[in-house]
Amino acid sequence: MIHTNKLLLAAMMSALFLSGCAAKTTYYWGNYEQLIHDSYIEPGSADPVTQIDLLETDIQIAQSEGLPTPPGIYAHLGYMHSLQGNVAQAKNAFLQEKNLYPESASFIDGMLDRAYGNK
Amino acid sequence: MTIIKNIRSLLLAGLFMLAMGCAVTPYNYSALNEAKPRSIVVIPPVNSSVEVDAPYIYLSTISKPLAEKGYYVFPVSVIDNFLKENGLPTPAEMNSISLDKIRENIGADAVLYVEIIDWGQKYNVLSSNAVVRAKLRLIDTRTGSLLWDAEAHAIQEGSGSGGGIVGLLIGAIINQIAGSIVDVTPDLSRTANEAVFSSQKRGLLKGPYAQPSKVLAETE
Repeated sequence: MIHTNKLLLAAMMSALFLSGCAAKTTYYWGNYEQLIHDSYIEPGSADPVTQIDLLETDIQIAQSEGLPTPPGIYAHLGYMHSLQGNVAQAKNAFLQEKNLYPESASFIDGMLDRAYGNK
Repeated sequence: MTIIKNIRSLLLAGLFMLAMGCAVTPYNYSALNEAKPRSIVVIPPVNSSVEVDAPYIYLSTISKPLAEKGYYVFPVSVIDNFLKENGLPTPAEMNSISLDKIRENIGADAVLYVEIIDWGQKYNVLSSNAVVRAKLRLIDTRTGSLLWDAEAHAIQEGSGSGGGIVGLLIGAIINQIAGSIVDVTPDLSRTANEAVFSSQKRGLLKGPYAQPSKVLAETE
């Protein structure tokens, strides 16, 4: 009985909290933050292959739902590809980040330059 | 039945906190308004807590709220690796890079510096609370001026502790029922970030990618 009440109240609290603060998100976030968490806290569960797989799925879902892909996702994907030695895919993803978000240009250009020589 | 009474008072206190969110001295936004940064790089946090994982757990919860606020947020993990590859193995060292170097190599308009003050599960005689507390400072990479600062904090209260609610109270009992094996700090950290960025009078102003908020009237 007490437990039921606790659950109910907890649920009410959460509902109040959510309705009070959470607006709809602009971007589709998918697994990005969880992958960052796991790559530091449980590295075994987030190797580059897994990350590439999940991030590419997220990008597809975002596109199919008509939501923009958030800042950093393509750059993170590019970095994972570069760790795997997938040169073409890495460059492609980095350039995608730069196209979507011109603010990333000097960082992305610098990375491409250091990793692959300019162009 | 005292338990239920306690829960009621917690619930009321929680509601009160939500309602009182606006009774805070307004922040002076003149520096931020003048600088109008478009992009923010988050440097991996300095750790002043005893929880070794705190900086990177926190780092994993900062991109979404900051980007949803309308800023370009550099990829936190790629930046961390970039800094490590450039001879800065720990957050403590990363926090000492000059703003000129950050501007030159990363191209960020502003840097978000984070210090973790307190983090994790606290076991008391009658209860166990989880806490997340971090100091945030947003600095202009051109001028070095402070654009915005705040303290993000959230507490998840276990059962049995009546008063002393500081900061934000969220669904208090869930952890107790579910069993406390799950690390609640990532969610708590998200709650803290959401609250600190969207605070009405001290929150972070919207960046260039923010959508005009048509639901504002509804949520007020």
